[in-house]
Order: sequence, then structure tokens, then C-alpha cells
Amino acid sequence: MIDREQVLHVARLARLELTDDEVGRMSEELSAVADYIEKIDELDLDGVAPTTHVVEVSNTLRPDEPQPSLPREVALENAPSVADGGFRVPSPQAG
Amino acid sequence: MSATDPTALTAAAAVAAIEDGTLCAGELFEAYRAAAAADEHNAYLWVADGAPEHDATGTPLAGVPVAIKDLFCTAGVPSQAGSKILEGYRPPYTATVVQRLAAAGAPLLGKTNQDEFAMGSSNENSAYGPVLNPWDRTRVPGGSSGGSAAAVAAGCAPWALGTDTGGSIRQPAALCGIVGLKPTYGAVSRYGMIAFASSLDQAGPLTRDVGDAALLLRHMVGHDRRDSTSIGFPGEIGVPSAQRLDGIRLGVPEELSGEGIEPGVLAAFHAVLELAEELGANVQTCRLPHAPHALSAYYVLAPAEASSNLARYDGVRYGARSEDGGDLVEMYTRTRSEGFGAEVKRRIMLGTYALSSGYYDAYYGRAQRVRTKIADDFHAAFERFDFVVTPTAPTVAFELGAKTADPLSMYLNDYCTVPMSLAGIPAISIPSGLSDGLPAGFQLAGPAFSENRILNAAFALEQAIAFDPTPARSGTR
Repeated sequence: MIDREQVLHVARLARLELTDDEVGRMSEELSAVADYIEKIDELDLDGVAPTTHVVEVSNTLRPDEPQPSLPREVALENAPSVADGGFRVPSPQAG
Repeated sequence: MSATDPTALTAAAAVAAIEDGTLCAGELFEAYRAAAAADEHNAYLWVADGAPEHDATGTPLAGVPVAIKDLFCTAGVPSQAGSKILEGYRPPYTATVVQRLAAAGAPLLGKTNQDEFAMGSSNENSAYGPVLNPWDRTRVPGGSSGGSAAAVAAGCAPWALGTDTGGSIRQPAALCGIVGLKPTYGAVSRYGMIAFASSLDQAGPLTRDVGDAALLLRHMVGHDRRDSTSIGFPGEIGVPSAQRLDGIRLGVPEELSGEGIEPGVLAAFHAVLELAEELGANVQTCRLPHAPHALSAYYVLAPAEASSNLARYDGVRYGARSEDGGDLVEMYTRTRSEGFGAEVKRRIMLGTYALSSGYYDAYYGRAQRVRTKIADDFHAAFERFDFVVTPTAPTVAFELGAKTADPLSMYLNDYCTVPMSLAGIPAISIPSGLSDGLPAGFQLAGPAFSENRILNAAFALEQAIAFDPTPARSGTR
């Protein structure tokens, strides 16, 4: 069971703001999915190595050579707010 | 096929017609552009204005255009991944696989609708409205590559690109009566694909027939230094031509071919197995003991990766930003709360929960171990069998709205496709037949990099099944 308090805690971690209604619905829905997921508790997994990636490629390296990157003005083109050649954001302290 | 309607041709036939001079690439593009612009299934989110200026003469795909799922970045063209949070986003660069296809002579026809960030099995999670199934417009096309599947089924695209994380190519292909292939993980570059779950996401073709799937895939695969998990494909994708299946051993996993599968879908599946035997195949029951746990593991791993991948949408560098003001963290929070849809929020919450302190080992750690067991099951099966075959989806296309209130019932759509995704192996869905007038899918999976063998076997089956796709193109339902 994922209760309202846990939902609010996880929402804070995920930077999501939920309405009161959403918190209740999320608690029910996540609990149902978690119950389903917990079926894997039936399995004996002692000594089984985890799979993080199916591809057995590790430490893919490339030569450390400078390459052209996106020009600044192109990188800024999609930004909602720009100032002084950078991304403009609200102050961390304001509010 | 009529000489006046070039859109009746398969993509491979169109390439041949252009090469022998009976069809002009510009005319073909215009015919598809008009069909895409007039599409009534909400399959497209953007359609090209006109044919590209550069001449495709002499290229392998001869100018036959391709529809691309919205989440592939296409320079200067809206790429919103079906999400409001990316509204108006026009990327400064193009995905490697889209670039490869353009270089091979397949220009961009349009961007297709999809479930938001590829999270969904019905296309009802798109911020731009659901896609309708061309076989019956009161029903879903499947998802998440539902726009690509519907466009191909309705004849509004010669072929299309989709992505598959847990079934997002194969399941909509099944529900729309077309062919869909998820390649081996690493065969196709993920560079420029807006990420959902990076260890699972893979691009693949949605096409009218198996020959077209082979032709498109041939020009998609390849190593890309900009994707550190890309491997490329050993050798080349060939032209499938098998007529028989003599000596081919098909394993039918009892865990994925009985309980939970609709009777009509199961009947179509068994009819294909009989045809396979007539073609010389040896069909036997096999076991994938951990497959019933695949969906549980998937709904830990995929949301966990998604919660991390989607952390980048914060209203700073691209996409929408909340107008609501406040300080920096409030801006992040409001932007994300306004920009993400309900299913995306649910998955971010689920993934964040599974990765949070105190739960990591119980959920994420265990799910990764289940993933190992599922891959081991397939390895064992492929020692005795050439392919594992299952119904692609447990049901035919369902009514719009039928499963939106119950996330778990929606997730069960991917019951038969998720195990292959977790194992990273290739799998194709071809139409198996009709159940109550709606298409069902037959899934054929093989070991990593067995795409050529899969395509050949699927080709032989396709000829024997002789599925009739015309009801979807009549536009009357």
C-alpha cells in the first residue's frame, strides 16, 4: 500500500505537484501496480546477477579530440527565456 | 494495383517502379503527402509541405518517403514526443536513423502521433488526441507507435518508423493488421530518439509486408559513435525469399499462449501454427518459466529509467515553461505538473518510488535479476528451437476508452511482447488473421541478430496466410 504521505514524498522527489484528487487516485493506482509488481517476490533470485544492459559493451571510449558542438545561438533557440547568451531562470531564492 | 494510384504499391514495388521509369518519385511523394494531409485517423501531427529538393535518383530507396514517429528528432520540424511539455520544440539536429534513411533516398513524409513519451498501448495518452484504428474508428490502433501503424494500415504512408520499448511497434502492428519488427537491441542507433527507457528503447519498421520491413531495416541498422550502446549489424539485411519452413523448429511457450489470450486471437494463432507445419516446420511446446514475471520486472525497470530520463524536462532549455512564476524549484515543479499527462506522471512516480531510498533493492535490484532469468530462459529455448512464437497481443483492437480507467489492464497488452524486450532479442509481428473482423498478430522471436532468419520465416508464413488488408484502406468504417 502506497499511502498519501508516501505519494506526496515521491511527488516532491520527482518535482511534481499533485492536486488533492490526484494524490488519492495516485495512491490507489500505484498501490495496485505495486501489488502486481510484488509478484516477483515469489522468485528465488539468490546468486542471480543483475542485468543492467543486454548489450555486453563496457567503457565505450573515443579519442579525446575537440569537436565542433552546437553553436550557442542554436542551443538557445528553443529556450523559453534567454538572457546574456544563456538560459534565463527564476532566482533560486525568490518567492 | 492501379496505375493511377501509386499509393496502392508496397514500398519495395514503388522503388522498383521508380527504377524502371514507370513511376515518378515526385508524383509518389505528392500522392502520399495528399493522403497524409487528408488522413482522418489523427495519425499525423505534422505533414511535409512538398517533396525535398534534392533528387533521389540512383539511391537505394529511390525517393519513396517515410513517416516518422514524433519522438525522432528531425531538424527544424516539430518533434514533441506526443507531449505538451515539448510543444513547439524544433530540434537543432536529426536522429541518426532518420538521417540514414534520408541518405538512402527515403525523405521525411510526416511525423506520426504517439502515446506521450511512448508510454501507452492505445495511443490515448497523446497530448494531441487519440489515433483511430483504420479497421474500425471506434477502436484504438494500439500504442505507443499507433500513428505510424494507422498511417501504414490506412495507406497514408508507404511505411513508417516506430520505437519499441515493451511492445510499442509489435502491438500496434498487430492491432492494425500490418508488419512490425523490433530489432536486436543495439542494431539501430538511438541517437536523436527522445528517450523513454534507454536500456530497452529500439527503433524499427512498420510496413505493409515482410519484404518492406526487410528493405527499410536494411537501411536503418549500423553502428553509431554517438550512441555508446550501439553495436550495428553483423552483415547485411537481405531480401527474404523463403517459401518453406522445412526443418525449422518453432517453440510455443505455454506461459504466453494460453491464459489471458482472447479465444479469437488464439484461434488465429493456432491456424498459423497449422500452416507452419504444412510448410515443413516442427511445432512443439516450450517453457519460458520466468515470462509470467516479465511484466512485473518491466514495470519497475522502464518507469525507473523513465523517471531519470524525464528529469531533463524542467522548463529551462527547451519546451514549455509554466507562466505561473515563483522561484526556481516552483518553476520546475509547475512546468512539469502542467506539461506531463496523467500516464507519464504515473510512470515517473512509480519509477521514483522504485528508486527511492529503502525500496531500491526490493524493486529495482530484484527486477534486474528477473531480467537475467528471462534472458536465460530464452537462451535455453533457443538451444532447442529456432524461434519462439506467440500471439503478439492478447486481444484485438479494443474500444476507445475501454481501458483508460485501469492502468493495470492497459499494461497487460504487453504481456507477450515485454519478455523479448527485456532479453534484447529481435521479434516480428505479422497479421495472423481476423477475429470478429479485426486483425490479430503472430509474433516470431529469435536470438540476437537473427533478423535475416526471422524475416525469411515470417515471409514464408506471410505467403501462406495471405492476409487481406483492404478493409483498412477502404476508409468506410
